Amino acid sequence: MSTQQQEPESQESPQDPEMKGTESPQQRRLKEKQEGMVDEHAEDEAEAAGETVHIKVFRYDPEVADKQEPRFDDFHVPFEKGMTVLDAVMYARDEFDSSLTFRHSCRQAVCGSDAFFVNGSQMLGCKTQLSELEQPVRIEPLPHQEVVKDLVVDMDHFYDQMHAVEPYFQDEETPDASDLEEQRQTPENREKIKMSSRCIWCGACMSSCNIAAGDNEYLGPAAINKAYKFAMDDRESEEIKEHRLRILEQEHGVWRCQTQFSCTEVCPKDIPLTEHIQELKREAVKKNLKFW
Amino acid sequence: MSQSYNRGLIEDFGRWKEFSAGMWAWIFHKFTGWMLIGYLFTHIAVLSSAIAAADGQTMMLAGEQVDAYTGTLQGLESLFIVRVLEVGLLAVAVFHILNGVRLLMVDLGVGLTAQDKSFYASLVLTGVITVASVPTFMAGVGL
Repeated sequence: MSTQQQEPESQESPQDPEMKGTESPQQRRLKEKQEGMVDEHAEDEAEAAGETVHIKVFRYDPEVADKQEPRFDDFHVPFEKGMTVLDAVMYARDEFDSSLTFRHSCRQAVCGSDAFFVNGSQMLGCKTQLSELEQPVRIEPLPHQEVVKDLVVDMDHFYDQMHAVEPYFQDEETPDASDLEEQRQTPENREKIKMSSRCIWCGACMSSCNIAAGDNEYLGPAAINKAYKFAMDDRESEEIKEHRLRILEQEHGVWRCQTQFSCTEVCPKDIPLTEHIQELKREAVKKNLKFW
Repeated sequence: MSQSYNRGLIEDFGRWKEFSAGMWAWIFHKFTGWMLIGYLFTHIAVLSSAIAAADGQTMMLAGEQVDAYTGTLQGLESLFIVRVLEVGLLAVAVFHILNGVRLLMVDLGVGLTAQDKSFYASLVLTGVITVASVPTFMAGVGL
């Protein structure tokens, strides 16, 4: 959503014979928008008409002496229908301040790199429509993680927790390669782990979790969900499932979850995280119950 | 990056307006739990006056000589503030019970998608029961 996309439109339109003389509402809005950008004083009027979006972005840069004190910067970004939070910060970076730093890549909620704290809630920047947010839109880095620069947080701890649950398929009875045999999963079992496999490692859940904020050793919702995906996979043997449950049932494992539902609430992929954690709690209890 | 910035406990209590239902349920459950623990000690202290009563200790209440247990209880019940606190205690206990049932359902994996609704339901039910209890608790006490 940058001006590069708007330019061809405004150049082509006057050449269009049918459109000559008459001005479409879209062109009029576009013209107003461009005038608004040139004229600083028109900013407030344009905003009142819903043409620009006021965003407040958290800024911090340890490498510049004047920016070591965290602050909020205001940007007035011209609004386009369908504009997301990520589009707005990208516009602010491209047009107003090239030093504005944030992670982003795919822009379609797949890579999981642009989780921000928007108006007090963890969201994926590329999946959040500006039109649904109250203005000014406050954009901050994910809470409970160290800020490296602007909206970029240190994800090392999150990745450590993710790796702690051994997030990879393990099976001692791997079929012989010469047989070229597939390891098939039943459709029912696939359905069971479907939601858990949607995780994109954005870290929104971990950042929203009150328990993870206070207990650095807690695995966190994302890691437990990852463990769920493999523990519930029928193709892994019983011993490996037990091994996984041994990791999860430790003091800082599943039992730390106090069912606040914060993670489930913020997950951009709608994974029922709390439900998965609760199911693993029950599995852990079942494993240890003995009747004799 | 040699340096980073720790934003501390942001999103913790200063942002209470942005809390969701599940978070409020957790906070209220903790709070009512501690209240009930606190009440437990008061309860033991008041009831232990029965030990003094069993030893034959008596006290004066409204010009009458009664045993220590009866005197303590009747003395407390005649106080308006104690009656108000009793209503509060009921509210706290009822919420803790109802939300406890909700958490039991959550633990069993029943209706997790309706967890916010069940929290609101337990709040409303607590309110109704508390209001309904007021005539009983406040009977026969003046300001």
